[in-house]
Amino acid sequence: MIELRDIYKTFERKGQSIEALRGVSLHVDKGDIYGVIGYSGAGKSTLIRLVNYLERPTGGEVLVEGEPLAEYNPAQLRAAKKKIGMIFQHFNLLESKTVFDNIAIPLVLLKRSKKEIQDRVTELLKFTGLEDKAKSYPKELSGGQKQRVGIARALATNPSILLCDEATSALDPQTTKSILELLKKINKEYNITIMIITHEMAVIQQICNKVAVMEQGEIIEQGKVLDVFGSPHHPTTQSFVQTVIHNSVPQSVLNTLKAEPGRRLFRLKFVGGTASEPIINSLIRRFEINANILFANMTEIQQTTLGTMILQLNGEHTVIDQAAAFIVSQGVEIQEVEV
Amino acid sequence: MLDTVITSEQLFQALRETVVMVGVSLFFGALLGIPIGIILVITRPGGVLPNRIIYSVLNPIINIVRSLPFIILLVAIIPFTRLLVHTSIGTSAAIVPLVVYIAPYIGRLVENSLLEVSPGILEAAEAMGATTFQVIWHFLLPEAFGSLILTMTTAMIGLVGATAMAGTVGGGGIGDLAISYGYQRFDTFVMIVTVAILIIFVQGIQSAGNRLARKARRD
Repeated sequence: MIELRDIYKTFERKGQSIEALRGVSLHVDKGDIYGVIGYSGAGKSTLIRLVNYLERPTGGEVLVEGEPLAEYNPAQLRAAKKKIGMIFQHFNLLESKTVFDNIAIPLVLLKRSKKEIQDRVTELLKFTGLEDKAKSYPKELSGGQKQRVGIARALATNPSILLCDEATSALDPQTTKSILELLKKINKEYNITIMIITHEMAVIQQICNKVAVMEQGEIIEQGKVLDVFGSPHHPTTQSFVQTVIHNSVPQSVLNTLKAEPGRRLFRLKFVGGTASEPIINSLIRRFEINANILFANMTEIQQTTLGTMILQLNGEHTVIDQAAAFIVSQGVEIQEVEV
Repeated sequence: MLDTVITSEQLFQALRETVVMVGVSLFFGALLGIPIGIILVITRPGGVLPNRIIYSVLNPIINIVRSLPFIILLVAIIPFTRLLVHTSIGTSAAIVPLVVYIAPYIGRLVENSLLEVSPGILEAAEAMGATTFQVIWHFLLPEAFGSLILTMTTAMIGLVGATAMAGTVGGGGIGDLAISYGYQRFDTFVMIVTVAILIIFVQGIQSAGNRLARKARRD
């Protein structure tokens, strides 16, 4: 659907060249909700602007639905853009036009008939829950309503791709949630592939099925959200994951544990069904050990539960090893934590 | 003190001349100035359709014309005026330099108004695959409309001031009346009346402009 191949992008500013993207490759399949996360300046905004050629790469290739954008002439490129909707952090609505006219703009540009515009806009107003706001001006709307208008406008031409550039970053958590729900609905009902740029891991957690983590113009980690959340490798990814899944033991607790020899710490990871099995119970019954749960957490990602637990085991060294092997046999990932 | 030599007919004549000069030169000034402003905005570096050549030629030309005080411009372009209206005196002869004076000014003001339009709006337009014409017509101009009204108000007031000098080429008007009777013939009454008229004129234009702009901006 969307493919970026070894993209480089350099900006020239005041005689200095800034490398915004350095060899980025990614692949978005049809039906994906693909999230790109990174801190400010990581290059993610530049990245999403490549997909509809608001930015042109200095190196590499952008393919949308198998077609390299570089080979299009200006008219073909404009036509291609009409198949790609885009929404923005600051909504970018026309203050001088009503909600209805804002949503109608892409159709007016296509010189559609009055009736066709009327029908399509009415349908979109209904879909986004803005029926009663048709005659309002953007100034009279809340942030969430403005973004709904932005979404309706982006969908007007029936695009197959929707690009979201920090679409929820200017919204409060409650509104963010409702906008994300709407995006999910768009993905499901219209089968529109969505690409989202964000700096909030909660956004990725709530709706994305795939994620790419960016830092300094490069993708440092990418994959299915469940995999990346379950075992983040890069320190930046880990710190992002920790914003939604707290799985570290406080330093003060670690310090007290140091004083108690003969005890070992393990980090357990449960995915899906194993989260509901009474593993700890069986563990204590089967082995001559004491178990102390220092920390436990469960998160839902893509309708799958992801559990993390930090377990302290107290007993003979070999028995603890057997216990650990038992945990693995139950399909739970285990990793010893150095104190 | 109230001994005066002018008749009310002369006063109305002058008023009419001012209105005609301001009106006609604003019309032609806008006809030239608005496209100039649009061209400046879209051809500037980073604009919708950047064009270094057009921008770097047009930009200094506007500065050159704008650096001339109107009274000098008026005299300096007499040959051009004669070529265009076949005379160098009278109201129509005054309109030519007025247009030459106000068009670049309007161009600059329009440029500023259009630059106020948020870059995000233009990015949205570009993302929608709008042509350059569509960007101007459907995005830039409607979004800047309120500001453009204020631009025209400012230009109009500038024109009222400039018409006072049109008397030099026999253009007539309120300003001419003030200079040739009020100042040169020490007619205090004419001075007071013309100053009052000019103040009312400018106030009226400004408040009408403000009201229209407010309406356009939906404040």
